Amino acid sequence: MMMNTEATQLAYDDMYEALIGCHQGLSTEQSHMVNARLVLLLANHISNLDVLREAFVLARSGTQATTAIAPMTAQAITPVAPVHAG
Amino acid sequence: MNPNDIPRALLEGSGEEVQALTFPYTRSPDQDASKPVHHEVVIVGAGPVGLTLAIDLAQRGQKVLVLDNDHRLSIGSRALCFAKRTLEIWDRLGVGQQMVDKGVSWNVGRVFFKDDQVYEFNLLPETGHERPAFINLQQYYCEAYLLERLLRLPNAEVRWGNKVAAIVTRDDGVLLTVETPEGNYQVDAGWVVASDGGRSTMRNLMGLESKGRIFQDRFLIADVKMKAQFPAERWFWFDPPFHPNQSVLLHREPDDVWRIDFQLGWGADPEEEKKPERIIPRVKALLGKDVDFTLEWASVYTFACLRMDRFVHGRVIFAGDSAHGVSPFGARGANSGVQDAENLAWKLYWVLKGRAGAELLATYGSEREYAADENILNSTRATDFITPKSEVSKLFRDAVLGLAQEHAFARRIVNSGRLSVPATLTSSQLNTPDVDVFGGRQVPGAVLTDAPVVLGDGQEGWLLRQLGQGFTALVFGDAPAWLAEFPEVFALVVGKDLVDAKGLLSERLDARPGTLYLIRPDQHICARWKQPTREHFSLALARAIAQPA
Repeated sequence: MMMNTEATQLAYDDMYEALIGCHQGLSTEQSHMVNARLVLLLANHISNLDVLREAFVLARSGTQATTAIAPMTAQAITPVAPVHAG
Repeated sequence: MNPNDIPRALLEGSGEEVQALTFPYTRSPDQDASKPVHHEVVIVGAGPVGLTLAIDLAQRGQKVLVLDNDHRLSIGSRALCFAKRTLEIWDRLGVGQQMVDKGVSWNVGRVFFKDDQVYEFNLLPETGHERPAFINLQQYYCEAYLLERLLRLPNAEVRWGNKVAAIVTRDDGVLLTVETPEGNYQVDAGWVVASDGGRSTMRNLMGLESKGRIFQDRFLIADVKMKAQFPAERWFWFDPPFHPNQSVLLHREPDDVWRIDFQLGWGADPEEEKKPERIIPRVKALLGKDVDFTLEWASVYTFACLRMDRFVHGRVIFAGDSAHGVSPFGARGANSGVQDAENLAWKLYWVLKGRAGAELLATYGSEREYAADENILNSTRATDFITPKSEVSKLFRDAVLGLAQEHAFARRIVNSGRLSVPATLTSSQLNTPDVDVFGGRQVPGAVLTDAPVVLGDGQEGWLLRQLGQGFTALVFGDAPAWLAEFPEVFALVVGKDLVDAKGLLSERLDARPGTLYLIRPDQHICARWKQPTREHFSLALARAIAQPA
């Protein structure tokens, strides 16, 4: 297991308040968008696909989903473009 | 064919003239023979893939017979985008320059979300390559130039209006029953290459399948003739105001023609959407009411990502769309088919000449099946991004697009098509693993990258143009004396035959004096050393044609 699910030095109550605060006054639809943006921003910050995959599995396991995450298709190894400019 | 009999319109015709060309069925003496006449190589299907393969073989001196069930070239822009690697292959076959001269060269793509540009990308951000990342060229021009080139070669014959109706396979050949306007006849083929497209008759006759994923969406392609100020770039819109909730792709073609792909959704009625009264308002919404245009060609399509389990079936070999299909985002259809042809041509020729065994041909299958998987993976991912199939998939897609304007990382996730680059065949059994340490991307299995060079006569030239038609030993500094013991290998010595005046070649290959790269006939790197030895070289050469050392 590469992902840390133990407690860290993070001020959890502050974090939780800030997270809920970040959604304040938003419609459900807007909140969904905020969450999607959060996932993408944090995924980039974590920047480790193995950790993220573990997180995806853990997140899904807490739902009523009856199937596992579908296996990944073969990996592309050729760069998608000589340099795909940022 | 007598050069005087080759229709001049193939090279010189306007789009209308080229599309109007018909190639009459003519009776072959084979049809009057008492028993089936033998042909070493029969290629079924005269599209870009079949024609490329036929040229490659005929240029090597191999007789080829091409059968096509039709009398015409392609209609409409269709494949349209031809990649740098495809142009390099056609350069080797003597037909690249016509394509580039006529085509619209481009390197830059722009992506828009609703009203705003999200980002732009350059597919060829460095200089020092002869060819651009892409040209746009109507498929009928591409086929016309390929056909013209083929008909100039003495070893090639094309039979129009010849449709394969039955196949009997043997261990050492294939008996084809061919249907013509004057009845059936039979051809005894040593090898058959089926390059007869996505709905391959050959595949059906063999009882084989191409399997995969079909996408539930419909797209309208329109070729529109107009004077417009858009630059020669690929423009892609997600959810634009003029075509809400769907995507639109714009490409410039030669002759003031523009190709527009409109996503329509699964509910669209393909017959209705093909009608000009449905298409014209869509185009006007994009261009504005006042732009004068005429509709040249339109088609409504759905697509699938499919492939056959295996491409080599004894003496019948599948290439191009018959073997694999991709969605159009990424221009990976015709481009991968042309790479199939180039991979197959030299291997088939080596086998026909007794230089290699069937093991080499088997690697056509393994290498190009791998490449097909890569193309399918990339095009499937692009399709899932462009046409999200669930609410949450659309939510994340829109979140990515929303973040992309400000945040660099999100631009890397935006996927309007990962545009065709040649597969790097790193796991090919024909490669010799490195023993020396090299930097850079030019690993065994990669296509040798182009670079500017100065030739012996002081003229500026390009590296890929200097390679041999067989194996090439690209040597930096003095060639080792033992290299002369391999007369079948073309020695190209940097510092003697050509000069790396800008240093780009050495840089791209991480080369120093003494470095040797072994290049396959299809310009893929198969081995390299910083301190080559005769023994290592000899082993690598055998390995590269799947021979026991």
